[in-house]
Amino acid sequence: MMHIKQEAQERHVLTITVDNEAGILAKIAGLFTARGYNIDSLTVADITDGHDVSRITIVTHGPPPVIDQIRAQLERLVPVHKVTDLTEVGPFVERELALIKVAGKGENRVEALRLADVFRAKVVDTTTASFVFELTGTPDKIDTFVGLMKELGLVEVGRTGIVGMVRGANAA
Amino acid sequence: MFLDDPYRQAPRLSDMQGKLPVKTERSGAEILVESLVAKGVEFVFGYPGGAVLPIYDALFGDERIRHILVRHEAGAAHAAEGYARATGKPGVVLVTSGPGATNAVTGIADAFMDSIPLVVITGQVPTALIGSDAFQEADTVGITRHCTKHNYLVKDPSQLAGIIDEAFRIATEGRPGPVVIDIPKDVQIASAAWSGHAPQQRNRYTPQTEAPATDVAEAVRLIAAAKAPVLYTGGGVINSGDEATRLLRELQKLTGAPVTSTLMGLGAYPAGDPAWLGMLGMHGTYEANMAMNRADLIVCVGARFDDRVTGRLDAFAPNSKKIHIDIDRASINKTVQVDLPLIGDCAKVLGQIVEGWLETGCTRQDLTEWYARIDGWRARQSLAYPSRGQEIMPQKAIERLYELTKDRDPIISTEVGQHQMWAAQHFHFMKPNKWLTSGGLGTMGYGLPAAIGAQAGFPETLVIDIAGDASIQMNIQEMGTATQYRLPVKVFVLNNEWMGMVRQWQELTYESRYSNSYSDSLPDFVKLAEAYGWKGIRITDMSELDAGIQAMIDHDGPVFVDCLVTKEANCFPMIPSGAAHTDMILYGDEVAGTMDDEAKALV
Repeated sequence: MMHIKQEAQERHVLTITVDNEAGILAKIAGLFTARGYNIDSLTVADITDGHDVSRITIVTHGPPPVIDQIRAQLERLVPVHKVTDLTEVGPFVERELALIKVAGKGENRVEALRLADVFRAKVVDTTTASFVFELTGTPDKIDTFVGLMKELGLVEVGRTGIVGMVRGANAA
Repeated sequence: MFLDDPYRQAPRLSDMQGKLPVKTERSGAEILVESLVAKGVEFVFGYPGGAVLPIYDALFGDERIRHILVRHEAGAAHAAEGYARATGKPGVVLVTSGPGATNAVTGIADAFMDSIPLVVITGQVPTALIGSDAFQEADTVGITRHCTKHNYLVKDPSQLAGIIDEAFRIATEGRPGPVVIDIPKDVQIASAAWSGHAPQQRNRYTPQTEAPATDVAEAVRLIAAAKAPVLYTGGGVINSGDEATRLLRELQKLTGAPVTSTLMGLGAYPAGDPAWLGMLGMHGTYEANMAMNRADLIVCVGARFDDRVTGRLDAFAPNSKKIHIDIDRASINKTVQVDLPLIGDCAKVLGQIVEGWLETGCTRQDLTEWYARIDGWRARQSLAYPSRGQEIMPQKAIERLYELTKDRDPIISTEVGQHQMWAAQHFHFMKPNKWLTSGGLGTMGYGLPAAIGAQAGFPETLVIDIAGDASIQMNIQEMGTATQYRLPVKVFVLNNEWMGMVRQWQELTYESRYSNSYSDSLPDFVKLAEAYGWKGIRITDMSELDAGIQAMIDHDGPVFVDCLVTKEANCFPMIPSGAAHTDMILYGDEVAGTMDDEAKALV
């Protein structure tokens, strides 16, 4: 009998700057599917005045040789300027934004607001029976907050996926 | 002269009324044609259709580019590949939207796997209709995204010249590959300024071609110290050009190391040389695979440790240091971890190593003991096969074909299967660009159109497609193309009435349950050839073999040889799926006919 084998996985955060041309996102996302790599989250927006360069942050996981291959495969795409493995280059910050809708009355509502304060979440919309919180932080922090809100009337969660940047004065 | 020229089409009225006035604006189609001319394109392999009519009209009567009308778009792509492999120049394909483009996809994917420079121009429905499921619409850019090096959808004719310029650069520089340019019909018709040449553009594609000096020095040190080195060379040497071939031979002379090659790299090192080990891998020689297994240093030059080469990965060359020269950083450590990667063009890096060797005054190691061991492996005569009396063994047919044609320096193409491996084993190549075969994708139906493309590039050279009875039928319609353009290609079919390689695997792993591998209802190939205006020759036994081959060579037009060979012959030596280099099956070995699931699951 034969069984499919599993390998040890590592989480890596990659940033990629690319020419902002038609199909580039499909090309990158498709490369991941075509070669069997994983995408945990992907964010993208153009970052120059001329709107000609986009920066993509991809969170992926896989065994170390696969992570190295992902980088090499991305680097050989013509529109790709630069690939940085933030996990590899050293300490970096990562932030994610989430919108979290919570509905409830009485003590639950007060508790939700109190916890939001602890997590430094902002209220961006409210009715007498609901809040929409805006929360920025690491994926962990957002996970924790969402976990707490489940007990207090969580209705809906929207998350952006992370944007990452290396610490210190220099570009990665 | 014109009447006798098969590329010549009837002149159009406007040509007869004198030259066209100099225009500052040209249609997209005209800009395309001018740009191709500017790139030095001699041949376009194509097939017209609704969405490329403006381009075909621009080509009409233009004698600067010769258009070869194929019979199926797959043939166009493979013919362009054959042309590119034989000449070293990029192949150009022109097909219509929808089915035209999808039919060409196999050839595009083939070129992508084997790193062959192609520029494929596809028509597209007009811009306003894109996404509306219009007639003959397909998302060509989407479909070809992962089997091209790069692709474009051109939205404005003013971008065309720049895109074509970049496309040729991307197709040919670095690791070569196919580039698709999808041009909507309205963009072909609309006008844009044309200055006579491509606008200056930012160069965004600059592959690294030279290795760092410290790494080169380390490579020289490793090679100089090796007691059992092997040069393992691949298609990258041939893609890199004649200089790489020359430097490979020079490095071999300096170091004395034996040389093996992948299927794609045959011809980079002369097969007649004493240091030549033969091809390695699944159907490689015993000595090549044993040398790889026992080597203390492997210098991989422009090859990529393909699964057909490595066999079982955990048993691949276990005691060796590995140096890997490749222009594509993504080929490094993809399947096999190497000790020293040298990223760069084969010719440049080989030049750096040769220079480093000479500068540091290295002397070659005494490799007598290593060659003595190799001679021991050679003595197994792994390519030997039994004789079958008057029946023609397929290996014998290739041997005779080689002997009778070698003085003419022929170009050989193949289809895919047993005949391909026999050709690789028994036809010997002394020069690069003489061996055209589909290695990575393994595309049946490749050989005939590839031979046509190569013959277009070298009209005086003997070009032979060594084929199987099953493979040849996959693009057999291209016989018409050879007839039309008077291309004297030869097709030499080893006819055993089986999809031989499929049957061989069924024999080895599925207890000879020959599921759908018999070539039933074969046509009469001789009559078929004659119907296409070719000469047809049938060779039925040993007594006819040499005369049949000679008649094929002597005929100055296209010839189809139906060579009936022993039906049961299998291709050995063979490393079975999932086995190590040391576990080769040789002719005459007992084979169980079963395989465990782990091995069956491998490709």
